[in-house]
Amino acid sequence: MSYYQAYLKYKDFPFAKTFSNISAQEVMAASRADKTAAEDLLALLAPAAEDCLEALAQKAHDLTKKYFGKSIQLYTPMYLSNYCDNQCAYCGFNANNQIIRKQLTLKEVEAEAAQISSTGLGHILILSGESREKTPLTYIKDCIKVLKRHFSSISVEIYPLNADEYAQIVQAGVDGLTLYQETYDEKVYESVHKAGPKKDYLFRLGAPERAASGGIRSVNLGALLGLNDWRKEIFFLGLHAQYLQDNFCDVEIGASIPRLRPHLGKFEPVNDVSDRNLAQIIIALRIFLPRLGISLSTREDSRLRENLLPLGITRMSAGSSTKVGGHTVIYDGDSNLPQFEISDTRDVEQIKAMLAAKGYQPVLKDWMQLN
Amino acid sequence: MEDLLDIGGKLIANRLFIGTGKFSSYALMRSALESARAQIVTVALRRVDAGSKTENILDYIPKQCVIMLNTSGARNADEAVRIARLARAISPASNWVKIEVIRDNKYLLPDNLETLKATEILSQEGFAVFPYMSPDLSMAKRMMDAGAACVMPLGSPIGSNRGIKTRELVEIMAREVKIPVIVDAGLGSPSEACECMELGCAAVLVNTAIAIAGDPVNMAKAFSDAVGAGRRAYLAGLASDSKQANPSSPLTGFLR
Repeated sequence: MSYYQAYLKYKDFPFAKTFSNISAQEVMAASRADKTAAEDLLALLAPAAEDCLEALAQKAHDLTKKYFGKSIQLYTPMYLSNYCDNQCAYCGFNANNQIIRKQLTLKEVEAEAAQISSTGLGHILILSGESREKTPLTYIKDCIKVLKRHFSSISVEIYPLNADEYAQIVQAGVDGLTLYQETYDEKVYESVHKAGPKKDYLFRLGAPERAASGGIRSVNLGALLGLNDWRKEIFFLGLHAQYLQDNFCDVEIGASIPRLRPHLGKFEPVNDVSDRNLAQIIIALRIFLPRLGISLSTREDSRLRENLLPLGITRMSAGSSTKVGGHTVIYDGDSNLPQFEISDTRDVEQIKAMLAAKGYQPVLKDWMQLN
Repeated sequence: MEDLLDIGGKLIANRLFIGTGKFSSYALMRSALESARAQIVTVALRRVDAGSKTENILDYIPKQCVIMLNTSGARNADEAVRIARLARAISPASNWVKIEVIRDNKYLLPDNLETLKATEILSQEGFAVFPYMSPDLSMAKRMMDAGAACVMPLGSPIGSNRGIKTRELVEIMAREVKIPVIVDAGLGSPSEACECMELGCAAVLVNTAIAIAGDPVNMAKAFSDAVGAGRRAYLAGLASDSKQANPSSPLTGFLR
């Protein structure tokens, strides 16, 4: 049994008709459900929810305060490499893109780590393009060894691994996995992933389960909003998170809700997600799964991030760069292109000050290396 | 004679223990602790940033407080033991450790069996062990035999603010277990904390209900007052209650 079996139950579900038939009364009833079911998530994601968004927002805010308190965990991404074997239509690292490819040496990893940790951040998310050949697991493990000296928590966002490999990186000191399915719709998945190992939908879909079995402490899921009807995508994302919470109850489950950002390439979003929609997404996920971690990245601009904060956000990135070596290393001017453009360019101190002004405690450290 | 709680090698006057998570700032947390005149606070080691000059939570704990580091995040006995040992390295002045072993991220309910294992190991290593547990009399006795300084049954799930839903079980524990019984988790209001003390609990631990209150500083004081009142009532001996009015001698009145 894996999430795929749960997914198949709804694969051919008449979403459009169901969403349009849901009334505001049904949405409010769903928000009051003691134990939320898939039908409640459908209701919370329906267009009718827009008519009662303020009431739902109050509920989401209260739940967040109760379960997470008035604190926000901060982290920052660190790009190790932009080599990639895949041809994802929406990504700047697409193997077909003519960009300067770079992979940090361990010395450069050390420099990046020292710079980032000097801001006080204890949580690091390391990312790479998906190339097993250029960025083998041995390299990732070498990087982890360096990073352990600087950070209390290390998460990875790299190509999906098999179960044994996940157990290996946990042993090496990784406690978190971030892996976006990008889209849960198999047909859309097939069409936007033109070539490369990422075409294997099922291997990616099963990765969070393999990591959880391998002893990882936290798993962060995500759907790239803009690739498909967002209501459907968030429905499947929510079910995926619920499936993992139910089956791996000792793993903290979180979700990201990235909207497609400008990048090198011509791909345009097929489904626009407005700010209002994004607010509804956060609210729906919070009410559906009160203990779900929800991350908001610097893809969104500062004003929107601050306004979305009380609706259910528990983690934010700060001082981000989406370039390889973006914190300390400069390659040939601007030719080392970012994976995507960021909107909120504030550094860690500025984000901390903003959170304090809004009545939130910025949490820079919330775990520790046990090995 | 002053009513003091003898626990972990110390004599404690204030029976309100306070948790330090979920506050909107460390400064506010400190004010709340001061307002309650707290003597015992618990801090998650995972949040302690000993290397930080400005963000170390321990710097915001008032000097008169005993710091009880806790093993929040531990999923089994082995992780709890590792965290406790790290705690001792960071805070060598205190040998108090609160064991939290939670394998259930949905309800945050503790794993009693793994908690017992950690209690056995850490007690032998000289820690004063404060195990957080689901209320269970047999397990509480085993914790005591393993060397626990007290037992800390939950009132209802962490952060739920639902009060003492486990009242019957906690009351039995308070009556039968020879070490202090401290209700930890789920208390939402001062009256519920007072109720625990009236039942005969030795102390209560509160976090969420204070940290996310509209005015945490006043709420901390309110909890402290309620705990004091409940303790005083327990010592005074509550008159037994009844749902009906009692005729003075319904069966033997004819003898008058």
